[in-house]
Amino acid sequence: MLQEESDLSLVIAQIVQKLKGSNLYAQLERQAWASLQRPEIKLESLKEDIKEFFKISGWEKKLQNAVYSELSVFPLPSHPAAPPEHLKEPLVYMRKAQGSWEKRILKSLNSMCTELSIPLARKRPVGEQKELLNKWNEMGTDEPDLSLFRPVYAPKDFLEVLINLRNPNYENGDSLSFRTHLGLIQVPLKVKDIPELKEFFVELGLTTGQLGIDDSTQVPPELFENEHVRIGQKVLAEQDSAAAQQYIRQGSPTALRAELWALILNISSQPEDILYYEQLKTNVIQHDLLVDSLIYKDVKLTASNDDYYFVFEDYLYQVLLCFSRDTSVLGHFAYNSASPPRSYIRGKLGLEEYAVFYPPNGVIPFHGFSMYVAPLCFLYHEPSKLYQIFREMYVRFFFRLHSISSHPSGIVSLCLLFETLLQTYLPQLFYHLREIGAQPLRISFKWMVRAFSGYLATDQLLLLWDRILGYNSLEILAARAYCQLL
Amino acid sequence: MGPRHCPSPCPHHSKGSGSEWEEVTGRPSDVRIMAGKVKWVTDIEKSVLINNFEKRGWVQVTENEDWNFYWMTVQTIRNVFSVETGYRLSDDQIVNHFPNHYELTRKDLMVKNIKRYRKELEKEGSPLAEKDENGKYLYLDFVPVTYMLPADYNLFVEEFRKSPSSTWIMKPCGKAQGKGIFLINKLSQIKKWSRDSKTSSFVTQSTKEAYVISLYINNPLLIGGRKFDLRLYVLVSTYRPLRCYMYKLGFCRFCTVKYTPSTSELDNMFVHLTNVAIQKHGEDYNHIHGGKWTVNNLRLYLESTRGKEVTGKLFDEIHWIVVQSLKAVAVNASPSLTSSTANDRILKYNLINDTLNIAVPNGEIPDCKWNKSPPKEVLGNYEILSCAFLHRPGARMLMERGGYDEELAQGDGADRELRSRQGQSLGPRGGRSRDSGRTVLTTWK
Repeated sequence: MLQEESDLSLVIAQIVQKLKGSNLYAQLERQAWASLQRPEIKLESLKEDIKEFFKISGWEKKLQNAVYSELSVFPLPSHPAAPPEHLKEPLVYMRKAQGSWEKRILKSLNSMCTELSIPLARKRPVGEQKELLNKWNEMGTDEPDLSLFRPVYAPKDFLEVLINLRNPNYENGDSLSFRTHLGLIQVPLKVKDIPELKEFFVELGLTTGQLGIDDSTQVPPELFENEHVRIGQKVLAEQDSAAAQQYIRQGSPTALRAELWALILNISSQPEDILYYEQLKTNVIQHDLLVDSLIYKDVKLTASNDDYYFVFEDYLYQVLLCFSRDTSVLGHFAYNSASPPRSYIRGKLGLEEYAVFYPPNGVIPFHGFSMYVAPLCFLYHEPSKLYQIFREMYVRFFFRLHSISSHPSGIVSLCLLFETLLQTYLPQLFYHLREIGAQPLRISFKWMVRAFSGYLATDQLLLLWDRILGYNSLEILAARAYCQLL
Repeated sequence: MGPRHCPSPCPHHSKGSGSEWEEVTGRPSDVRIMAGKVKWVTDIEKSVLINNFEKRGWVQVTENEDWNFYWMTVQTIRNVFSVETGYRLSDDQIVNHFPNHYELTRKDLMVKNIKRYRKELEKEGSPLAEKDENGKYLYLDFVPVTYMLPADYNLFVEEFRKSPSSTWIMKPCGKAQGKGIFLINKLSQIKKWSRDSKTSSFVTQSTKEAYVISLYINNPLLIGGRKFDLRLYVLVSTYRPLRCYMYKLGFCRFCTVKYTPSTSELDNMFVHLTNVAIQKHGEDYNHIHGGKWTVNNLRLYLESTRGKEVTGKLFDEIHWIVVQSLKAVAVNASPSLTSSTANDRILKYNLINDTLNIAVPNGEIPDCKWNKSPPKEVLGNYEILSCAFLHRPGARMLMERGGYDEELAQGDGADRELRSRQGQSLGPRGGRSRDSGRTVLTTWK
């Protein structure tokens, strides 16, 4: 009991610490000072009166949303003496595997750099800067020669690494038993079984109304849809993050989705945010990075050819180029098993003072990366808002899909969950596919790594991502992949 | 393999045609013995058509033989129904165009028809022709200011001078696929048409040189910074009473280049015209998706970014325009059956499939006495365009799954009169109930 309490107070202290540096804190302070003018605020009961004022004016709600947001990303409780690596990833063998994978990626990037004699970063001459600024809204029409660039890696390369993951402390034994896992993933992580999934995803049960199913034309809207929409509007009016997250488990009405997602992710477009985005844009104009070419190539190969997303090609550049330069993204590496690659100023290899993260946000894009952004273009057409939403989605969810970790929402667990479901509930299909050399994970892996973007029609995809937000978990992707094979 | 859903041709088996193959000796006259099998002819060699006919087990014949269904090109229609030939369809024959389809496709005739229709309604005192305090039609304002050249040249000049900084679009009356269209913002650019109107006699004016000029809408809705238009398929099965259907799977065509209202780009057709035929030659044309979106995508995008009411209103108004245009005139015309992408082929195959299901239900031999509305099951991806309150004062579009079926509309009329006295709200037969009455807008769905 005492331990729990001290854990809780630790968590509270950490969150308070985090929020103290935020813009919200400054705003609350300002509001508190301003409220002193109000007649209802009395000196004798200052604290209670200000609290009451915050409640009525909606500022308490904003604070609640911020706290809730922090809690959503806060790492699972751990021993107070645990070193920071444990926050990233508690299992040593996973950390090691991630480390070697990163080395490989970096090597590949460096060799491309050397082969093509292109610097990792360079400052643009003034003429080029001007040109880029003029073309900012239509970078898609640019046709740089990208033939020599190749993606640093593709999902299938990553899958090979995962297949070879082994826990050195785990002895499988040579004899096959009914418990032997026949899939590609051979690490013993704990994943949910169907009863546990049913409990976790209780709102997706047959007796609860769902958008995407119970709003089809054959079903009268009075049965579910109308009421659901009404509740959604109420949730938005209340501006309550936690309520929104609960609500969206049953799917979001299309007209409310953009606002609901922003509420859940705690994104509000403040002037500071727009300014920050403009600053990133300036960075893009002034400096050219090697990863920019990788981004261009990826967009041209994937989103530009997609039936739904080709229209938004230019937005994708505007988001991804800025994303590469956003150092605030580095913060998420505290709970990501991955670490940002380091590079050294020319001639100063090995000297810590001259080390920089490359790219500045520490994230090297792979083949298909731009598809994380594309569906969001259906919801947000203002670039800085689109940017914020994407960034938050990345640091909360998407990063887990391409780093090696034991987290229940990490790609390794998702693969294992998928395979286990299949082996347990569709053993004949599973066995048959194995026999003909078509391991099911080889088919479904790319769906899960991309969170199904590009593999589902947009309206279906958005309903799926509703649930990712609602349950704050990516496990729905494994369930969806399993259902696809049913 | 992958979870993405691609529409696939659905196997349709012609049920209930009650026909059986019978032994034939091969003589042309014996073809008639094949009772019940529809005999078709076409002069358009397109697989989306032929595959559809063949899968129904229909029999291909030549135009000189007895045929039931003839899918003909526009030229053939003109020849077949010209005054000279005096050809008349017999009771068991159907063709795919009404004889005066060009009233809808030729731009000058369409403009004339709409202007005349509006005047007629005004004369009748119809509430549809109501105007606001500025003299603008409340419900029939769906064509921008348009004139015919060279006939209305002087009228046009007067209008042009009222707002000299405006842009106008010139379209040749008889052409399609974006051919010959250009934009102007100076009178000097169309001097040619003024000379003609002053000097030439009626005889030398060839209809080929006739143009319509309309006020250019230079603030179009943009998506991804691009202009787009809508290609929707409408089937008219009978004109009196008017029965028309809109295919639910229409599509949007995007320009490959970003839109700019800047006058320096007036010459750049890739910015302003969305026809695939033109965009196809642009550098950025993509052959996988062909610069097209389905209407469902558009709907999803608009609902997500603009809200449900606005989107619903948009689609309502589109349906309204379609029905009013058909009422103003009497025809349809030939859609492009050339498929530019794989998805396109599938769409057009399904479109023709559903079209044939409605036009020739159950594969029965056509009968001019057919008068029933087709049952819901055969509609496929078509929806009936219904304006049950078409004639109701102040009412606008109200479709939801609706389509226009004049009989249904009139059938409701009696009910309507009765119930309106009791102040109840009504709905189209079999549909969801809607607000009636003076509301100008009704919510989609």
